[in-house]
Amino acid sequence: MSIMRGDTTVLTRALGRTPYYVVAGGLAVIFLFPLVWNAWASVSGQPGTAQESGHGLGNYRTLLDYDAGLWRYLLNSTVVSALTVALTLGVSLLGGYAFARFDFPGKNLLFLLTLAILMVPYATLLIPLYVLLGRLHLQNSLVGLSLVLAMFQLPFATFMMRISFEAVPRELEESALVDGCGTAGALRRVLLPAVRPGLITVGLFAFLAAWNDFIAPLILISDSEKAPLPLAVANLRQQSMGAVDYGATEAGVVVLAVPCLLLFLLLQRHYVRGFMSGALKG
Amino acid sequence: MQVKAADRTAPTHRSPPERRTRSRRRTPARRWTSRKAQGLAYAAPTAVFVTVFFVLPLLLVGQMSLSDWPLLAGDRGVNAPKNYTDAADSTLFWPAVRFTLLYTVIVTVVLLALALLLALLVQEFRPGAGFFRTVYFLPSALGLASASLLFWGLYSPTTGPLSSILESLGLVDDPVSFLGTSTSALLSTVFLIVWKFAGFYMLILLVGLQRIPHEVFEAARMDGASRGQIFRSITLPLLRPSLALCLLLCVTGSLLAFDQFFILTKGGPDNSTVTVVQLIYREAFQRLDLGTAAALSIIVLAVLLLLNALQFRGLRRADES
Repeated sequence: MSIMRGDTTVLTRALGRTPYYVVAGGLAVIFLFPLVWNAWASVSGQPGTAQESGHGLGNYRTLLDYDAGLWRYLLNSTVVSALTVALTLGVSLLGGYAFARFDFPGKNLLFLLTLAILMVPYATLLIPLYVLLGRLHLQNSLVGLSLVLAMFQLPFATFMMRISFEAVPRELEESALVDGCGTAGALRRVLLPAVRPGLITVGLFAFLAAWNDFIAPLILISDSEKAPLPLAVANLRQQSMGAVDYGATEAGVVVLAVPCLLLFLLLQRHYVRGFMSGALKG
Repeated sequence: MQVKAADRTAPTHRSPPERRTRSRRRTPARRWTSRKAQGLAYAAPTAVFVTVFFVLPLLLVGQMSLSDWPLLAGDRGVNAPKNYTDAADSTLFWPAVRFTLLYTVIVTVVLLALALLLALLVQEFRPGAGFFRTVYFLPSALGLASASLLFWGLYSPTTGPLSSILESLGLVDDPVSFLGTSTSALLSTVFLIVWKFAGFYMLILLVGLQRIPHEVFEAARMDGASRGQIFRSITLPLLRPSLALCLLLCVTGSLLAFDQFFILTKGGPDNSTVTVVQLIYREAFQRLDLGTAAALSIIVLAVLLLLNALQFRGLRRADES
């Protein structure tokens, strides 16, 4: 801690003298450079790739034809992401409602157990999950993978939905109940619109996690036909007799990154709410 | 005005007034019970998920760590404590522990220092600060595997641009082998991780900075405090909870490092960059010994719980002071 304090003080003093835009701009170049370079390299000519010279989409064509084909992997990734998002939203919506508005036996224990998922390393759970999914006949299945990914999302999602429900005035729900809605009706008609921002945040985090996850499919999916895109692109590198196809990998990174960057830019506000909520503290 | 759980399955088009009279007739005790039942029903999916995919695997990994459990043959009965002694006797165990710790220390120091600098930069009210914030955060929107694949190309001795850039700047004379030696592989991976996560931690610190009331800074400025004094005596102490959260996340994340080394270095050169989680993966899926992998998993879990407990205690003490 004391080392860090010293370093940053020196930095701030230096900052006082250096023009703001030189430091901030220089850092911006460093942060953007790898992204820009990768996008550019993916359409540029390189020996040993499908795009030998000039500029074009040769590397993307390699990707389309690789093994089961880009569309297959995109479909796998889309299925896993959609299922994970749907499961996370469904479970945390109901769970958040229960934790925020109801008293039931075991409530605190269940909430603590859900948060405890954060304390247990990913790898510790994946080894037994590999065996367990086998027993449930969900080994090597996109559904099994989605269930596992949704479970890892639950601590953040449940916490986020609980505080979203707690922020809704009780009167709103009570008037719905007086008007003859059951709690399910109140949830659907009155509370759902009120907690929508929380749901968007939870969905966004779940999507980014599921789309990008690497170690869970690496362990749980053994059939290359069923690999999600990150795994497929990583496997692609070992293709063609030791010769490494950098171009196709760069194209793969672009296909992987574009949805994440777009979603983030579109939903930045909702992403930042995840940080503001304190939900990251668990 | 609660409706009994069973009512939800009853014909739904009863008119509201009739419903109200019905529920008014119910005793408070019964209403409370039905409320309890409904809470349980809404919490049921969470309970099922947590039990099946968290509690059961946790128990199972404990059992596996005490059993002879080859990947293909399955459970062959108790052999405790052989898996644990095997894990610790593995030639890679202590080097992996040492390497993971070294990596964690370097990443944490560099990452948090840079994240703090970035947060201070984008916190200023200047034109363009919002743009810089977005730019610094962009890499965090990427997946770790995608970022690792990106840097694998970036560091490539044949197509990577970095060597020629450094050469043209006159910083190096010969092409740099970014992943060729154990030190360069470690530093190159640290650079990737700092690039990927600095914006994420910047955002946490920024939220912390914005929670500090403006008046505090203004009062200090009125009293003639310098920028350095304000930073040392106000910003840092008040930012402590956010810094502690960053520390916790960063240490935990780094101790469990896998993707970046699996993709960038594959543990090489000469197994010099094998992390503990990579060791678990190797035991399980290359040496096909799930029992030893489970024992390693339990060791990692124990270390992490201990560390979290220590950090929580430290946090609480910080809150009290």
